[in-house]
Amino acid sequence: MNARAASMDFAVIETEHRSLWTDVWRQFRKHKGALVGVFVFAFITIAVSVGPLIHGVDPHAIDFKARNLGPHWAHPLGTDNIGHDTLAQMLAGGQVSLAVGLSAALIALFLGTLIGVLAGFVKSLDGPLMRLTDVFLSLPLLPLLLVSIMLFRDPLRSIFGPEKGIFLLIVSLIGVTSWMHTARIVRGDVLSIKEREFVIAAHSIGTRRHRIVFRHILPNILSPIMVSATLGIANAIITESALSFLGLGFPPDFPTWGRLLFDGTNFIQITPSRVIWPGVFIALTVLSVNYIGDGLRDALDPRLRGR
Amino acid sequence: MIQYIIRRLLAAIPTLLVISFVIFALLDLAPGDPTGSLPMTVPPEVREKIRLSLGLGEAMHIRYYKWVVQFFINEPLNILQHSFGITIGDAENRTRILSWATRSPVIDLIVERTPQTLWVVGLSFLFGILMAIPIGIVQAYRQYSLFDQIGTFVAMVGFSVPTFFTGVVAIILFSVQLKWFPMIYDTTLEITSWNNFVLQVKQMIMPVTVLAFYQAAQLSRFMRASILDNLNLDYVRTARSKGRSENAVLIIHVLRNSLIPVVTLIALGIPTIFGGAIITEQIFRVNGLGQLLIIAIEGADIPTVQTLTFLFAILIVLFNLIADVLYGMLDPRIRYD
Repeated sequence: MNARAASMDFAVIETEHRSLWTDVWRQFRKHKGALVGVFVFAFITIAVSVGPLIHGVDPHAIDFKARNLGPHWAHPLGTDNIGHDTLAQMLAGGQVSLAVGLSAALIALFLGTLIGVLAGFVKSLDGPLMRLTDVFLSLPLLPLLLVSIMLFRDPLRSIFGPEKGIFLLIVSLIGVTSWMHTARIVRGDVLSIKEREFVIAAHSIGTRRHRIVFRHILPNILSPIMVSATLGIANAIITESALSFLGLGFPPDFPTWGRLLFDGTNFIQITPSRVIWPGVFIALTVLSVNYIGDGLRDALDPRLRGR
Repeated sequence: MIQYIIRRLLAAIPTLLVISFVIFALLDLAPGDPTGSLPMTVPPEVREKIRLSLGLGEAMHIRYYKWVVQFFINEPLNILQHSFGITIGDAENRTRILSWATRSPVIDLIVERTPQTLWVVGLSFLFGILMAIPIGIVQAYRQYSLFDQIGTFVAMVGFSVPTFFTGVVAIILFSVQLKWFPMIYDTTLEITSWNNFVLQVKQMIMPVTVLAFYQAAQLSRFMRASILDNLNLDYVRTARSKGRSENAVLIIHVLRNSLIPVVTLIALGIPTIFGGAIITEQIFRVNGLGQLLIIAIEGADIPTVQTLTFLFAILIVLFNLIADVLYGMLDPRIRYD
């Protein structure tokens, strides 16, 4: 009898068990836009990664007999002025666009967190690192990105090959120029958290500094980091397509959505769909990522979560 | 306050020098040779002479020093002389920053291009603000209403969809299909008659609307958030309990206080909108500053690129300062001394 009551109690406690992440998920589900965003983003990601296997047309295949076609069965989204299949190009371009967005956001996230934690945790580095952040924030980024692409495009191409070279260049340039906001947010949070009792307690029992950072501080600043990571993806995708749109991003034989849009603008009177499709997908991706970020911000904010 | 402004201006000088050096050094690393595009038949000694005439004979720090002197001292003096007729020093022998592509002074190119950019950017910024403020007010005042939800969605779409897509779609719709507006911005158009004025307005509608919409999308969100922050504060309750009408409470009390952060955001946004104009000008073929920069980059015209990029940097530093000063002036709770 007693044992049964105890096990029942146990069961009751177990059903009431709530971890941080189930709470976050519960709140996140309430944000309709964010949920739709997750589905749209997942759909686009799956489409560009599985799509080429189903639609097995080579995006680089040229067919002069089938140029500037409208949509039909062989070419569901039509063809361009030298007979490239638009759907195949869209799928291939989407892979590159998403890869650029994700990896540039990762670099920015890593740099931002590193600099933010160092500035917040190491007093002697705070001043110099924050001045560095200020200088980066007052650089005219778009012109500088354009200039650096012009300067380093050819040397990197000759080292890493045409495709890898431009990919590495653009990803690292976007990453290196978009860490500043993350760094500022992380620094502020580290400054407030490192004065809390649990960090002081950890200090007093002799925990080493890097253990304190990894075990006590980083888990507590995870939410602003995650939010700025999502928004960083959107920012990176927009920046990449803007660069490609200005003709200084990816080359036409290795197109991204931005490049496809740029190439399409010269033919808007003949085949307007060549502009519409890349544009719609850039917009959808960015919109869904922004909504996910919005939902995450609400879900990870403990002051909003209780309601 | 004046003390604060002076202190900030002094602090801006080293920042600007660092930035100018970064820009100069980055471009100086350019592996491209300015004589590289000349025909192969040009003999090496002639190439060397051309390089010397472009000022490439000296060490980098000397060229940097010359550029800084030209940018900060010679060109401002020229402008002073040009616009006010005040001549200081030796006006004839002053060296100027010369473009490699056109061999004319870079500042003249910039002065030539500025009006187009200012008209398009300035008007769109103005319209963006004029749209965003009332929309933000109504959204916040009727929070969670249908208008608020639609407005939030439209704003989200507005700043997620890049201008180079909305712009191209506008061209497809209004120039290609409906033929309402011209596709290409004609800068040689002079407003001499009513007809030309109508043409000018017509060609400005699309670029201005596209940029204004993008701007309004961001600002209306800030405006809404700022009003929401203020609506539940004690002073609003006090104003209501005094018996002031809702309109008076909203416009006189809430709006004035909510505009403080928005005004600083507007000031901070001005430099970025110049950056955004690079893209808009490329879409609508406006030959403003952004297009000049793109042409200079593609033609490896290093002095023009250096000067333009640095001008953008100055704008950012300047408007950061203006935003801080405005914040201090508008909000009596903030004291800088």
